[in-house]
Amino acid sequence: MAAEYGHIALLIALAFACLQSFVPLVGAQTNRQWLMQYARPMALGQATFLTISFIALTYCFVVDDFSVSYVANNSNSLLPTLFKISAVWGAHEGSLLLWVLMLGLWGAAVALFSRSLPLDMVARVLAIMGMVGVGFILFTVFTSNPFDRSLPSIPVDGSDLNPLLQDFGLVIHPPTLYMGYVGFSVAFAFAIAALLGGRLDAAWARWSRPWTTAAWVFLTLGIALGSWWAYYELGWGGWWFWDPVENASLMPWLVGTALIHSLAVTEKRGIFKSWTVLLAISAFSLSLLGTFLVRSGVLTSVHAFASDPERGVFILALLGLCVGGSLTVFALKAPTVSSAGKFKLLSREGFLLANNALLVIAALTILLGTLYPLIVDFISGEKLSVGAAWFNTMFVPLASALTALAGMGALSRWKVMSGKLLLAQISGAIVIAIIVATAFPLVYAGEMNFKVAFGLFIATLLIAIMLGDIWRKSKGQLSRFSKLGLSYWGMVFAHLGIAIMVIGVTVVSNFSVEKALKMSPGETASLSGYDFKFAQVGELQGPNYIAQVGVFEITKNGENVATLNAEKRQYKVKGSMMTEAAIDAGLFRDIYVSMGEPLADGAWAMRLQVKAFMRWVWLGAIFMAFGGSLAILDKRYRIRAKSV
Amino acid sequence: MHPQRKNRLILILFVVIGLGSAVGLLMYSLSQNIDLFMTPTQIANGEVNQGQTIRAGGLVVDDSVVRSDDGLKVSFDITDGAMNVTVEYDGILPDLFREGQGIVAMGKVDSRKVMVASEVLAKHDEEYMPPEVQYALDSAHQEGVKNLQKNAAEKAQGTKADALQKSQLQTSTEKQY
Repeated sequence: MAAEYGHIALLIALAFACLQSFVPLVGAQTNRQWLMQYARPMALGQATFLTISFIALTYCFVVDDFSVSYVANNSNSLLPTLFKISAVWGAHEGSLLLWVLMLGLWGAAVALFSRSLPLDMVARVLAIMGMVGVGFILFTVFTSNPFDRSLPSIPVDGSDLNPLLQDFGLVIHPPTLYMGYVGFSVAFAFAIAALLGGRLDAAWARWSRPWTTAAWVFLTLGIALGSWWAYYELGWGGWWFWDPVENASLMPWLVGTALIHSLAVTEKRGIFKSWTVLLAISAFSLSLLGTFLVRSGVLTSVHAFASDPERGVFILALLGLCVGGSLTVFALKAPTVSSAGKFKLLSREGFLLANNALLVIAALTILLGTLYPLIVDFISGEKLSVGAAWFNTMFVPLASALTALAGMGALSRWKVMSGKLLLAQISGAIVIAIIVATAFPLVYAGEMNFKVAFGLFIATLLIAIMLGDIWRKSKGQLSRFSKLGLSYWGMVFAHLGIAIMVIGVTVVSNFSVEKALKMSPGETASLSGYDFKFAQVGELQGPNYIAQVGVFEITKNGENVATLNAEKRQYKVKGSMMTEAAIDAGLFRDIYVSMGEPLADGAWAMRLQVKAFMRWVWLGAIFMAFGGSLAILDKRYRIRAKSV
Repeated sequence: MHPQRKNRLILILFVVIGLGSAVGLLMYSLSQNIDLFMTPTQIANGEVNQGQTIRAGGLVVDDSVVRSDDGLKVSFDITDGAMNVTVEYDGILPDLFREGQGIVAMGKVDSRKVMVASEVLAKHDEEYMPPEVQYALDSAHQEGVKNLQKNAAEKAQGTKADALQKSQLQTSTEKQY
C-alpha cells in the first residue's frame, strides 16, 4: 500500500502547490490580507506531503517491494540498506521526486524564516515557488511516476542498482547538489516578487542575500562532492572532465557567484538592480537547463540516463515558460526601476563589475561549448564533441583574471579608490607572491615551471592580500577579530578557498605522475620516489559482489608508507565489473592505485598514480562553503526580526 | 550630434564590436577544437584525414580482441554492421569493455586505416547505448538498405541509372567534406 499512499500524497502536494501558486498572488496584487495569509500554510502543507510521498518511496525500497517498477529496476534484495535508501534517487523518477521535495523544503524554509518580511513579499515569493512546484510535480506525475506498479507480473527480485552508484558518494552527492540547484529558485522567486511588487530596493537585496548564499553553499559542496566521487569511483583519478552534466552544474554556480557579488552592490549602494534581477533569473534558468540536459539524454555524458523524448520536451517547455515568463515580467517592470549612484571605475563597484563580467563570460563560454555539438547536429547532422582542451583554454585565463582581481576588489573602497593607496596596500603581497611563485616549482620539482609559477602567483597574491587586510582591519590585535563581523570573515574564507583551489588545480595538473603497466604479484614499480610492491592477489566476499583484491605495499626509501587494497569487483546480479581504487590520501600528495583487467599468467594491468596537492582542490571548496555559511549567520540579516 | 549621445553611440559601437569579435573568436577556436565523430564505414571508406583526431564508435567484434604478451597493448575491431575497423590501444580498458559492447574510441587513423586510440570509453550501464554508437549502427543499416535498393535499381535500369547515381554521390560528398 505504501506506493499508493506515496502517490496520493504527491497528488495532495500538487493540490497545495496549485493553491499556493495563485491564491497568495491574487491577494498580493489586490491587497487582500486574508488571501496572502494562505501562502505559509500552503507551503508547509506542500512540503509535508512531499516528505510523506518521499518516505513512502523510501519505504518501498527498504522492504523490497518489487511490485513497484521503479524499485524493481533499481534495487535488489541483496543491496545493503544504506544503498537501498540512496537508490531512491539513483535513477530518473526518484531523483525527480527528490528535486520536488527539495523545492518543497526550500518553500517551507522561506515560510518559517521570513517573519521579518512584509506579508505581500512572502505571498509573492511563495506563489512563484508554488508555480515552479506545480510544473515539476506535474512532470513527475505524468511522465515519471516512481509509484507505478508492474502488475500483474511481479518480479521475484530487483534488477539491481548500477554498481557505480553503490557507493557513499550517491548517498550525499545528489541531495547536496539538488539543494543547491533548487535553492536558486528562492533567489529567483525573490527577484520576480520584487519586480511584481515594484520594490526592487536595498531591503529586497538584504532579504535575498542569505538565501542566495545558502543555495550557493550547497551547490559548491555538491559540485565538489561530485568531483571527489568521480575521482575515487571511476577508477582513473580524473576529477574534472568538462562533461556536459558537470558543465550544467558549473554554469549556475558561476552565475550564482556573480549574483552573490551583485547583490552585495545592490544592498550597499542601491545600484546594479536590473542586472541583479537578470542574474537571479539566469541562475535558476541554468539550473533548469542543467536538469533538461541530464534528463532528456540529448547529450553524451556519463550521467545520461536512457533517453525519453517525451520527458525532454516537457522540461524544455517548463524551461521556456520559466525563462519566457520571467523575462516578460522583467521587460514590463524593470524600466520603472531606476538606479542612482555614481562610481569611479577604480572602486569596489568597479571591481565587482569586473567580477560579474568575467563570471558571466565564463558561464556563457561554457554554455556555448556545451551546446555547440547539439547546435551543429541540429543544423548539419554532423556528430562531434568539444574536447576538454578547449574548455581549459577558455576557462583558465578567465578564472586567473578573477583570482588576480579578487583581493584588490576586497580591499577597495566604495565609490572611489585611490590607485596609490591600493598599490601601497598590495605591494607587500606582490613581493611575497613573486617569491613564493618562483621558489615553489624550484623547491618542489627542482625545475622552473611557468604555469605553476603563474598559478601560485595569483593564489598567493590573493592569500597575502586577504591576510594583510585582516591585519590592517584588526590593527594586529586578536581581540578585535570578533568585531570584524561574520560577513567579513565569510568573505575572507571564501576568497581563501578560491586561492587554495587554484593552488590545488595548478599543482595537481602539472606535477602529478602516472603509469599504466602490466604487473605480476611480487613485482615492484617505482613512481615519483615511491616504490609500489604488488604483494599478492586475494579474494573478498562482499554483500552482493565478489572482489579480487590487489594488495600493494608502498614504501619510500625503504620506509613503509602505506598498504593499499585495490579491488576489482564483480557484482552478482548483473555480473558487471567495477574498479575500486585504493587511495592513500595526504595533504600534499595522494597515492592512487587501481586495477585494470586481468592478463595472462596471473598478471594484471595496473594504474599507479601520485597526485600532488589533490586534496587542495576540495579543501578550497570546503573553505568557500564555510565562508558562505559564516556570511549567512551574520547578525545584520536578523536585525529586523528583533525589532518587529 | 549631442556630445552625450555621441559618447553613448561610441560606447554601443565598442560593445557591439567587442562582443562580435569575442563570439567570432570563440566560434573559430571551437571549430579548431572539435573531435568529429566517424562511423567505422566512414573510416573504412577513407573519409578521415590522417592525423586528424576523431571519435569512432561501434560494437566490439566477437573474438577480435588480441593482447600483446608484454605491456598493455591491445587491438580489437569495432563494427557498425557494415564495415569493421581495427583499433589499437596501449592502456587500461574500461570495466564495461567487452565483446559485443558498444564503445567509443578517441584517436587518430593511420595509413593502414587502423585507428590508434588514445582513449577508449564504455558507458557505465549495460543497458545504455552511447547515442553515437546507436547513430553509427542506424546509419550503417540505412546505408545497407540503400545499397540493396541501388543494386535492385541497377539491375532493372542498367548502366544509365548507375552513372546518375554516381554523379549524385559525388556531389553529395563534395558538399559534406
